[in-house]
Amino acid sequence: MTAPGSATAPDRADERLLRTSPLRRLLGRPELGSVVGAVAVFLFFAVVADSFLRMSSLGTVLYAASTIGIMAAPVALLMIGGEFDLSAGVMVTSSALVSSMFSYQMTANVWVGVFVSLLVTLAFGAFNGFMLTRTKLPSFIITLGTYLMLIGLNLGLTKLISGTVSTKGIGDMEGFASARKLFASYLTIGGVELKVTILWWIGLVALATWILLRTRFGNWIFAVGGEADAARAVGVPVVRTKIGLYLGVAFAAWVSGQHLLFSYDVVQSGEGVGNELIYIIAAVIGGCLITGGYGSAIGSAVGAIIFGMTSKGIVYAEWNPDWFKFFLGAMLLLATLLNAWVRKRAEATT
Amino acid sequence: MGAVLAAVLGASLAGCSSTGGKRAEERAAREAAEGRSAVTTPRWTFAMVTHSGDGDTFWDIVQEGAEEAARKDNINFLYSHNDEGQQQAELVQTAIDKKVDGLIVSLAKPDSMKAVVAKAVKAGIPVVTVNSGSAESAEFGALTHIGQDESIAGEAVGDELDARGRKKALCILHEQGNVGHEQRCAGAKKTFDGTMQNLYVDGTNMPDVQASIEAKLDSDKSIDAVVTLGAPFAAAAVKAKKTSGSDAEIDTFDLNASVAAGLSDRTLGFAVDQQPFLQGYEAVDLLWLHRYNQNVLGGGRPVLTGPQIITADDADELAEYTKRGTR
Repeated sequence: MTAPGSATAPDRADERLLRTSPLRRLLGRPELGSVVGAVAVFLFFAVVADSFLRMSSLGTVLYAASTIGIMAAPVALLMIGGEFDLSAGVMVTSSALVSSMFSYQMTANVWVGVFVSLLVTLAFGAFNGFMLTRTKLPSFIITLGTYLMLIGLNLGLTKLISGTVSTKGIGDMEGFASARKLFASYLTIGGVELKVTILWWIGLVALATWILLRTRFGNWIFAVGGEADAARAVGVPVVRTKIGLYLGVAFAAWVSGQHLLFSYDVVQSGEGVGNELIYIIAAVIGGCLITGGYGSAIGSAVGAIIFGMTSKGIVYAEWNPDWFKFFLGAMLLLATLLNAWVRKRAEATT
Repeated sequence: MGAVLAAVLGASLAGCSSTGGKRAEERAAREAAEGRSAVTTPRWTFAMVTHSGDGDTFWDIVQEGAEEAARKDNINFLYSHNDEGQQQAELVQTAIDKKVDGLIVSLAKPDSMKAVVAKAVKAGIPVVTVNSGSAESAEFGALTHIGQDESIAGEAVGDELDARGRKKALCILHEQGNVGHEQRCAGAKKTFDGTMQNLYVDGTNMPDVQASIEAKLDSDKSIDAVVTLGAPFAAAAVKAKKTSGSDAEIDTFDLNASVAAGLSDRTLGFAVDQQPFLQGYEAVDLLWLHRYNQNVLGGGRPVLTGPQIITADDADELAEYTKRGTR
């Protein structure tokens, strides 16, 4: 399909050196399909739900998307690296529980608890990564184990320490107000309430994209996800890369957990179960391959937006909630199919 | 398509049953309500957001009551639910975005709901709390709370167990993190003279519930009473009792058709009913009264719908209503 003028020496042309048009480069992006899907979902709800287009509703949708997106970004990176993390949803709750209970029981400044929680949560991530690389068991098994252990720890330790299933309130403790500013405040722009999680989300997606596309670590992620043995053969530190990816998920779990804690001031020990699937779904809709080696962080953000729009749009459209999960599933399936179709078309034209 | 439908209908009519089934149910529903609104007020929109999980019998009855009242009061009634605190708060936020005329929420996880309920009140939406959250309702700015006080309900259970001469009881919690459930078991423990242990089970996995209770009954033969916190779990407890050969009495919170039957044939000891139908019905009706007439029932204090202790003597009378799905 190259123009006759550009093919001066066809026998020596290397396809990697070919100049591609911006349009064609755009079509080759992994998140393109999901962007088309997101636009379709947006238009759909704009038509069927009259309160969907209100500015305040968009704030709510963005908030819902951000709480998923914060986790979906590192989960996408992990998936590009060829691994899963089933403990990601519960780890969010664990992280919130640790900072809350440590601050309360030690009567420490809340920030101390927040810092301790960061260390503990990163330790969970390191545990996942270490166990995975050491035992060579599939990440499904390793993180399923962590997932169950964390559920048990959350309930068991909370009951043991606080005597109830939720933590004690820490809203009146020193440092709470400033920590709330960082993790759970909101700003009002033109009557729309925008939660600070949206900023965290944008920041994390930007960071993940930079790591993936502009750093050596990013190349390693693609390499270990594509073919770990080949990557090792060319000198990619596979163990370090995978542990790093799990640490990334743990860091995001810490951010989400602190948001949970500082927006509600107490934490319920039983929450978070099932959310890990939502993060994975967001990453997959965003163009990450389940088999690894392909995907993008921006795609995970688009996936989170689709999820946020669908879950809230159904409510704005006043549909019977008994069908909620069905609609959600159908929407996600359609978005993913559209995504796959666009990608196939894009690959066919390049 | 139409022909197929007609054929199926014809076949089912030819071999129809004279007892039970859908037609009996429809007749009962027709007789129970005419289905027309009784007022001429504008069609207001009320939203109800609960902490129910998917497919929960109890909340089905609450919804039934709310819809009954909504029909009568000419209300556009919206229902949504999520058992995770943060998600429930987000659903309330969507109701605020929709600018509904009234809001009904359950406060099983009050701390998650505090901020968003305050927001609704600030936006001028009257709020009524139902089921759980009697302690927080007024503090959060709700007009009224309709439900049973969980501690009082628990205490009633403790007293009833004493009256039945029980010594060692098991309290089965099927929803981890539900403060109301903790209060029930704590209340029962308080007034019960014997010893009482809590047992957590996964309420969304019935075989697991049964197996957990079975294991507990197997390991401790001195347990002579099992209290479940929801009607469907009583049936699982009865099965667990049978397989483990224990002779513990099974008692339960809440009522449904199978509990009513169990009470009648005495496989169950007693049930503590908090009348969920009433909770939904009253919540919608009170919001309507407030919109129409600025009425507030109970002067802002919780309006109690329970506990009502039901034994074999009352069960037969109620069986008809439990079958209809309104008790």
